[in-house]
Amino acid sequence: MPATLPLFLTLLLPIAGGGVLALFGHRERGPQINVAFSFATFASALWLTAEVILGTPILGFEERFFIDPLNAFLVALTALVGFTTSLFSQPYMRIEREHGKMTAPRMRLFHSMYQLFIAMMLMALTTNNLGVLWVAMEAATLTTVLLVSVYRTPASLEAAWKYFILCGVGIAQALFGTMLLYLAADRVIGGGEGALLWTHLAAVKTQLEPNILALAFVFLMLGYGTKVGLVPVHNWLPDAHAEGPTPISAVLSGLLLNVALYAILRCKSLAEGAMTNGLAGRTMVAFGIVSVVVAAFFLRRQRDVKRMFAYSSIEHMGLMTFAFGLGGPIANFAGLLHMTVHSLTKSAIFFAVGHATQRAGSQLMDDIRGLLQSSPTLGWGLVLGSLAILGLPPFGVFASEFLILTSAMRQLPWATPVLLLALGVAFAAVFGRVQAMVFGESTQPPLPHRPALVPVFVHLGLTLMLGIFVPPFLNEWYQQAAALIGG
Amino acid sequence: MHALLNQSINLYAAFLLIVSFAMISQRRILSLVHLYTTQGVALVLATVTVAYLTSQPHLFYSAVITLALKVFLIPIMLHRVIDRLDVRWDIEPLINIPTTMLIGIVLVVFAFNLALPISQLSSSIARSTLGIALACVLLSFMMMIVRAKAIPQVIGFLAMENGLFFAATAATNGMPMIVELGIALDVLVGVLILGVFMFQIREQFDSLDIRHLERLREE
Repeated sequence: MPATLPLFLTLLLPIAGGGVLALFGHRERGPQINVAFSFATFASALWLTAEVILGTPILGFEERFFIDPLNAFLVALTALVGFTTSLFSQPYMRIEREHGKMTAPRMRLFHSMYQLFIAMMLMALTTNNLGVLWVAMEAATLTTVLLVSVYRTPASLEAAWKYFILCGVGIAQALFGTMLLYLAADRVIGGGEGALLWTHLAAVKTQLEPNILALAFVFLMLGYGTKVGLVPVHNWLPDAHAEGPTPISAVLSGLLLNVALYAILRCKSLAEGAMTNGLAGRTMVAFGIVSVVVAAFFLRRQRDVKRMFAYSSIEHMGLMTFAFGLGGPIANFAGLLHMTVHSLTKSAIFFAVGHATQRAGSQLMDDIRGLLQSSPTLGWGLVLGSLAILGLPPFGVFASEFLILTSAMRQLPWATPVLLLALGVAFAAVFGRVQAMVFGESTQPPLPHRPALVPVFVHLGLTLMLGIFVPPFLNEWYQQAAALIGG
Repeated sequence: MHALLNQSINLYAAFLLIVSFAMISQRRILSLVHLYTTQGVALVLATVTVAYLTSQPHLFYSAVITLALKVFLIPIMLHRVIDRLDVRWDIEPLINIPTTMLIGIVLVVFAFNLALPISQLSSSIARSTLGIALACVLLSFMMMIVRAKAIPQVIGFLAMENGLFFAATAATNGMPMIVELGIALDVLVGVLILGVFMFQIREQFDSLDIRHLERLREE
């Protein structure tokens, strides 16, 4: 069983990292240990994806884990952003500590929970059991609740409380949906653990009772949709992003939302198989459009820079949900590409924004001025990142948005002008704000340590590459994954 | 004997529903914890009965876990939190109690209608109780919305989980063991985190009134 070894390592390393850092996370070497574990996880995730690309889907540990091109790609992305964020958090958290916002016990909590958070996301991605998927999603929320409130300010406590309660209620709906799925499967496969294994369910999906599946999908969509941050169940997202430490905002936006969307995709594939009326796809299209439009108009009203980019995440997750709702090879391909470039770009933006707010000593955009003059590389990182996320060519977001819009034109013509309008509004809002932040004079003192800008430019470089040229192996891989989503 | 036991499941279901209504009308926090504990007891009895009737050993294990968690561990933790924070009464809820009760009745009717097509398809012995389970979930959901203090909200959250657990037992004879273990672990960790959290809120605001937590709003 050669293929199960990298799977085993990918899951075990971050859990072990969480344990080790729970003991030593507050020491001088804590950040380095965090980076080392993240890198090791990334390496084993690459090994795992290499195995999947070369061979066939892997079923590991008595069918409990299942890797196909769809989740292998997300595993690689999660491990990559997990690694670069750990690099970014090194200088960022050091500065926070010198500002007196972090203490030794809080550093330990941060490092340990960071590793466990990555572990739970990887668990959610690789498990074959839809029940375990739910458990891992909930556990990923639990690991980050105390991180959102780590500064113990009134606003951060409020954000964490909202995050816990709203996501808890949301995810409870998803549990009910999972239960209904089990009920439907029970009638076809029979009880026991097999009835919740995705591979078993996918094999019999056409025989599942359509009425139960329709209700199950609505609950699952609402439940996991809360975690994706879809309107109208998005309220926790801007608060949690704005009040938590920036590395957490980066991984929430770049990774957790993707994992939740992945859960919806798996369920959608089952629901589409059982129902022939395309209800699942239409539900996703509706949630997607509403999210894009509402988020675009809320973007204009933001004054806090991290809140603004949090709303931008809602907008982009809405766009992906819309694309996957349309279905078909091109829209699915575009959705997957958008998932990749959004994760990379948004986390890069949060890295740049994090240092910019540390420099200004405030998250209000009115207080941030003259970034290009005071620290040009940081300023350029923010400018390029914002242009990339707004969908300017030649960045990858342009390519994926273009594909989404053209497939919308073909399959759902009335949606195209709505989406274009929303994207235009978002562009005007973000561009105006970013311009004001990077130009002008700065009077703020420079940062006490060198900011971590390598991750920013690595991410932007990758996004640029995906916009100009998608390597053939990646192209092949996306197409396989798109075919798996179906629809 | 079997017929009697079958009926007893309906009895426990009805009891769960009554307790859910009692929770909505109860403003004393200590009584809320007691109600939560009795709900746990009813849940354990119902699970044991279903386990005996269907002779599924894994339901016995899950009954034992429920007993340990929901009848002993979580209520004890809640009592300690209440003692140390010295909170006794909830303030006037956002909507007054008679109105909430009326909304609750509407929710129950809605839940029964929603569950009707599923119950007809379910082969499990306790299928007629699916509507009640769903009603309990919705009632706890409403309780979370209308209460203004942190602890009643948490109890609403836990009661919702009870409703979901009962739905799983009633409709499907319980989820697979590994999933139930995972859910139990998540609930336990969640309660621990909430405990830590309430002390943090108290330290910061000197009160557990979550109306302090309404600063982050879109203006």
